[in-house]
Amino acid sequence: MPNSYTDVYFPVLVQALIAMATAAGLLAVSFLLGKRVRNRVKDMPYESGIVPTGDARHRFSVKFYLVAMLFIVFDMEAIFLYPWVVVYRELNSEMKMFPFVEMAVFVFLILAGFFYIWKKGALDWATSDVAERKR
Amino acid sequence: MDPSTWFYAISLIKILVVFGVLMTTLAYLQWVERKVIAHIQVRPGPYFVGPHGLLQPLADVIKLITKEDLLPPYVNKPLYLAAPFIAVSMALLSISVIPFGPEIDVFGYHTYMQLTDLNIGVLFVLAASSVGVYGVALAGWSSNNKYALLGALRSSAQMISYELPLSLTIAAPLLISNTLSLRKLVETQGGNPAHAGTLWNWNLFHGWQWIGFLVFLISAFAETNRIPFDLAEAENELVAGFHTEYSSMKFASFFMAEYANMITVSAMAVLLFLGGWVAPWPAEYGSGLVPVAVFALAGLIAVYHGLHPARRRDRFSLPAAGLVFLFIAAAFLAPFTQSWLLPLFWFCAKTGAILFAFIWVRGTLPRFRYDQLMGFAWKYLFPVAIVNLLATGLGVALFG
Repeated sequence: MPNSYTDVYFPVLVQALIAMATAAGLLAVSFLLGKRVRNRVKDMPYESGIVPTGDARHRFSVKFYLVAMLFIVFDMEAIFLYPWVVVYRELNSEMKMFPFVEMAVFVFLILAGFFYIWKKGALDWATSDVAERKR
Repeated sequence: MDPSTWFYAISLIKILVVFGVLMTTLAYLQWVERKVIAHIQVRPGPYFVGPHGLLQPLADVIKLITKEDLLPPYVNKPLYLAAPFIAVSMALLSISVIPFGPEIDVFGYHTYMQLTDLNIGVLFVLAASSVGVYGVALAGWSSNNKYALLGALRSSAQMISYELPLSLTIAAPLLISNTLSLRKLVETQGGNPAHAGTLWNWNLFHGWQWIGFLVFLISAFAETNRIPFDLAEAENELVAGFHTEYSSMKFASFFMAEYANMITVSAMAVLLFLGGWVAPWPAEYGSGLVPVAVFALAGLIAVYHGLHPARRRDRFSLPAAGLVFLFIAAAFLAPFTQSWLLPLFWFCAKTGAILFAFIWVRGTLPRFRYDQLMGFAWKYLFPVAIVNLLATGLGVALFG
């Protein structure tokens, strides 16, 4: 039985070391065992046999940034829910219904923001068919 | 030896055993997947390397490590090498907190059937899987290939979008069990011998929690980039997606990570919703005889087909497999194995059932369109997940 904080995390540390060793070993073993033949064509990026024009350091769609920002906003909220979830029964036995109402208000505010961005069209990846027909 | 030396020795043994089993399972999961999909499509699948293709994973590994290890000149080298490293090491890390069974006694030493019981186990698994996204994103960006970049962008946007409903549905069973420790989670579902467990104690049957379970499974499919959500590697538009520029074992690393993540997420589904290692009904009513029956039946069928072989090569391999199955069935009857083998069986059976569902879906469903995929996460799963959490809270407050 583990009897200290160090003991509890000791297997995690060992497992992390083993996992990293495995990952590094996989990279090393193919580097050591694989044969190497280089030529000019093999050193080109693979684009289905077409000679590539330019590299891939281009700008990409702003929608990906939007998804990342929305994720950060809403994931933060999910993290706020976790402590509430863990102490929920304990709080409930002290104050009847109060923890639920409290969090319902919080979730309601979040959902208001959620429906706002939904109506603004931030969740539509492509221009939706409905918007197309209205035009 | 004093107790703390014992503790470290037992921990190391457990880690080695679990790691060995995990790596074997990873290799054979691929074999099982190929076989199952082959049978769904009415063809035999891998067949020629060993009996029924059982040595195919070994042959694949040997092939992959002897392939040319390309390091293209146009890539960002440190990140290009770091990406498969991050993907594999993070995927293998989560197993350290997954419990496989109750507390047991090994030669008079009391220990858990789990590497370690973190009091924040659920958060640990979530964190490891989140860092795994970096593997995909860095692989695509550092490759400096247009297909790879697009695949990585799609994939990371998809993984972060589906992480939201995933973390919100995980919160619902946590609310019922009121803990972040994976072991306590199972114990509140009837793993504790004090209140002998039945099916109805599982979080899946708590109120309307099966909705949460469905949302969890769908998000889990998307998190592991499996069909129908494998937009990252949509062959017909993106060649191979984020790992287009990877070769030999670096290429295989991403698959290894994907399969390891599949196993972790299936184990999480079992622990959160399906009662972990708890049998579906108490042992007094014969749940302990189920594994015996299953393995004995499998053994008898294999022996029968070995005695009436359809192909000449089955004459030895099938009876041998049948005898192994019968031996396992006998092992479940031995009194000293009851305390640890039965929970292990139920845990593996439930995890295996969910892994089978992963493969089944791959053999059945077509791929999503990208805008539908993102819309589905944000407009359906997210509201359902958050309402599910609130409803669970209300249910617990009113009915306990």
